[in-house]
Amino acid sequence: MIRVGDAARAPDFATAAKGSLANAQLRRNVRHATDVIRGKRALVVGETSDWQQLREAGRQIKAHVLRHLDTYLQQFEENCTRAGGHVHWAADADEANRIIVDLIKARGESEVIKVKTMTSDETRLNVALEAAGIAPYETDLADLIIQLGDDRPSHIVVPALHRNRAEIREIFLRRMNLEALGGEPEDLTAAARQFLREKFLRVPVGFSGANFLVAGTGGVCVVESEGNARMCLTLPRMLITLAGIEKIVPTLQDLDVFLQLLPRSATGERMNPYNTLWTGTTAGDGPEEFHVVLLDNGRTKVLADPHARETLHCIRCAACLNACPVYRQTGGHAYGSIYSGPIGAILTPQLQDLQHSRSLPYASSLCGACYEVCPVKINIPEILIHLRARIVEESGAAGERMAMKAALTAFGDPRLLKLAQTIGRFLQRPLAADGYIRRAPGPAAAWTATRDLRAIPRQSFRDWWASR
Amino acid sequence: MLISLFITCYNDTLFPETGKAVVTVLERLGHQVEFREAQTCCGQMHFNTGYPAEALTLMRRMLEVFRGSGLICVPSASCVAMMRDHYPKLAASAGDARLEAEVEDFLGRVFEFSELLVDKLGVTDVGASFPHTVTLHTSCHSLRSLHLTDQPARLLAAVRGLHFVALPHNDECCGFGGTFAVKNADVSTAMGNDKVANIAATHANVCVAGDNSCLMQIDGLLRRRDAPVRCMHLAEILASEDVASGFSRKDPSR
Repeated sequence: MIRVGDAARAPDFATAAKGSLANAQLRRNVRHATDVIRGKRALVVGETSDWQQLREAGRQIKAHVLRHLDTYLQQFEENCTRAGGHVHWAADADEANRIIVDLIKARGESEVIKVKTMTSDETRLNVALEAAGIAPYETDLADLIIQLGDDRPSHIVVPALHRNRAEIREIFLRRMNLEALGGEPEDLTAAARQFLREKFLRVPVGFSGANFLVAGTGGVCVVESEGNARMCLTLPRMLITLAGIEKIVPTLQDLDVFLQLLPRSATGERMNPYNTLWTGTTAGDGPEEFHVVLLDNGRTKVLADPHARETLHCIRCAACLNACPVYRQTGGHAYGSIYSGPIGAILTPQLQDLQHSRSLPYASSLCGACYEVCPVKINIPEILIHLRARIVEESGAAGERMAMKAALTAFGDPRLLKLAQTIGRFLQRPLAADGYIRRAPGPAAAWTATRDLRAIPRQSFRDWWASR
Repeated sequence: MLISLFITCYNDTLFPETGKAVVTVLERLGHQVEFREAQTCCGQMHFNTGYPAEALTLMRRMLEVFRGSGLICVPSASCVAMMRDHYPKLAASAGDARLEAEVEDFLGRVFEFSELLVDKLGVTDVGASFPHTVTLHTSCHSLRSLHLTDQPARLLAAVRGLHFVALPHNDECCGFGGTFAVKNADVSTAMGNDKVANIAATHANVCVAGDNSCLMQIDGLLRRRDAPVRCMHLAEILASEDVASGFSRKDPSR
């Protein structure tokens, strides 16, 4: 089954957003965190002399890969296998989870240390592991906070961005069975390190996602800030990587572009503190058994739509989330998907059936801030509009259709437009005072709940022009 | 020069004063204004809401109405953005090479109001006088689609008596977003409240913009809280030869 976390059961965006908007602490946390990351990004992007060329290069590489995805995937499989890795193909989330569970069981293990990966949240791998009696340990600090807090990620790069320090301290105290814990960042990281280090040294199975799969070498690249991934990728005996099929780049040289675009866009760093690249296995050095699970889970459906396929360019930097004025008000949970913000609003409804997430393409004012910051130039506003058109076509609301049809008729003839203006003036008469409507019925009630609505003035421009 | 005015359906119906102001400014600069009465709507609402076929019909209508015109002045950045960003692709989707060529020719004549004045006509001082404290909201479409980074500010800088105060977080959306304002009214309001707080922080008496759609959102919120700030389209300030009279926030006919 194609699945994006538990998005199929999520309430529509407008309903979920109400809850987020009412949570002042959450909104302060989100606002503060996104302000900090945006500020850092602006600095390190501003200092480059060729940012626009880099974006264009990133876009072109991704577009090229998607046009030849079949070739590059097979090339990756061939090279990875030659280097001692094993490649598995998973059509959907369930198949990926089953492959991973079977691999761990076949080795007789019951614990796994995990590198941060949104893709495993997409397949709900942890649920499948636990059901099979395998304990997953998140080792990324933010993912650990999410796991220990029985929470959901609210951001692609900084999943616990909606939590502040005091909340994190409370979660650690409770779940790590600590008697005392300071509230400074150093205290919290020290507690996490203590908690995790024992697992790094003991657990023999590591699990990761991938930032990039290099077709030409069969290698995998993971970038990170904390060093936890380096531990998981090098210490265990067995390593399993789950990656969406769109993560391919043709050659190592292409990383030259992406390893500049990604850290600057994601965390406002010139370079990630840890950049790990490995190819297959090496006797006596690192894991002795290495598997890559290539995941489709709806991606080929996205690829099939020429108007929206550039959605698959995404390198998960989350710059669009930090820039989005809607995300900055609501945080990620309102999107009901592990992929939130503008990219989530176009990715989730395409991966899943549109009907499960029909409200998401409307969760945008089309302000364009997402497109402006996207390091691979995904025209998110245009794709949002395209998806709206698909929704209208597949399951548009009858009332809206009629209103749009009526508007088209009126716009088809200036005499009808004049008539519509006259009717509007007549209908608003009991409602308008001083040129404004304070309480309107019907769909306009959503406007007047918080805003005065400008009434139609006595004379339109065209009437004035005619009388001139 | 003969300049054709595309008033936009929104301004025609709700903000006629903006159209009158555009006419005043252009005539004061010695131009002749024509208004082709067959004009209606550029198709933005249909297109953005997911009705591209209807938008295509309205695009064809626009091309027909303005066939053979001179420069076309549009006092709405979002309508110009609709035409520039989406008309070429709409034409391409129709698979009609002649239509594509016609769109290209049409787009060469279309200019947003401040863009027309500064970039096309080379004017920044239009002889206006407006002795008030003013802050400028730059709409998302004017900023990110049309890249009008300083045209409105340069025009305002030449207005006599006008005291300009920059708006903090000027690049953030006001939350209008067309049908977004109703479909996601709570988020739209939250975004608008941030905008209004930033406007209040400037202590300006007037908030000006090149898009009445943003101003309808901002004005609606300001009025609901009885804030002493008036919203005006850029053209209305440039048309003003004021004198501190005729300046009442309650004036319904503005």
